[in-house]
Amino acid sequence: MLHTVNKSPTERNALESCLKHLAKGAAVLLMEDGVYGALKGTTTTKTVEQALKSYPIYALYPDIEARGMQDRVIDGIKLVDYSGFVDLVAEHANVQAWL
Amino acid sequence: MTEATGGIEMEEDTSGKIKKFLYVNRKAPYGTIYALESLEVVLIAAAFDQDVSLAFLDDGVYQVVKGQHTKGIDVKNFSPTYRALEGYDIEKLFVEKESMEARGLKEDDFIVPVKVVNAQEMADLMQSQDVIFSF
Amino acid sequence: MKFGILINEGPYTHQSSDTAYLFAKAAIEKGHKIHRVFFYHDGVYNSSRLTEPPQDDRHIVNRWQKLAKDHHVDLVVCVAAALRRGIKDENLEEGFRISGLGQLIESGIQTDRLVVFGD
Repeated sequence: MLHTVNKSPTERNALESCLKHLAKGAAVLLMEDGVYGALKGTTTTKTVEQALKSYPIYALYPDIEARGMQDRVIDGIKLVDYSGFVDLVAEHANVQAWL
Repeated sequence: MTEATGGIEMEEDTSGKIKKFLYVNRKAPYGTIYALESLEVVLIAAAFDQDVSLAFLDDGVYQVVKGQHTKGIDVKNFSPTYRALEGYDIEKLFVEKESMEARGLKEDDFIVPVKVVNAQEMADLMQSQDVIFSF
Repeated sequence: MKFGILINEGPYTHQSSDTAYLFAKAAIEKGHKIHRVFFYHDGVYNSSRLTEPPQDDRHIVNRWQKLAKDHHVDLVVCVAAALRRGIKDENLEEGFRISGLGQLIESGIQTDRLVVFGD
């Protein structure tokens, strides 16, 4: 399953809840304000790094760039563009939006 | 059908295809419209004979508590509609244990019979679905 | 692949409509088909004929209209959500149509993937 998270982890519990509901084969895409969950040096960094050990986590690069967060992305988070987003949706059997 | 549904317009042949539809509810009722309008989708979905499940987690568990009296806020109380779902053959309502406990809720606080599942079981349920609606 | 898209939020206030549009555009460029874009909740406002955004910013309604026209994408606005919010045929932009929630379910049944954009 592809899980999309579009809200900041310091605004909403969407990312936290998403990470508690990952099963085998899951991948997470952080987009819109959700990209703030992809950053080093925040209160959620450790949780995300922990999840990264078991699941691929992606961030939508245009949203990272729009927010000026280019130099702060956690190592290991893969950056994708909208074309990559489409590929992720196609590659996974189903997709769930954590709003 | 009522005006609100716009009629069931089957422009394509959907007969024979049965998919697993999951309605994910994570928001509290009344503060926003998502709980109500999510339920409206569920009611329409009933006509399509798909395999429907409803998941209540995070603040979504508040949608199905008893004792909602909305006269004071002058908003329609739609909680009785959860009880009507059974009549539409929609009986798979799952409430997440961790979410209800975090909110001090117990199974007998709910307005309808629900199946309480833990986060892992909820994750497995989600994984098994074809179409997941979030509101 | 055939994709269905659900948009839960209106133009400008949330990024949902933008992200959905850019996703749809990328999908089409890759040779996929967008079966239907269904607008629900405040998403119905993406169909208003009356929006006048500033000239130096993207015109969200027109962008959807053009994408639909160029690539035969079905833009459907939920009748119940629209009536609640005052979107009717008389203020509906061309290229959009108002219809029932059944269209959303049908899209879920007919497509390979249904992607939700909301708040």
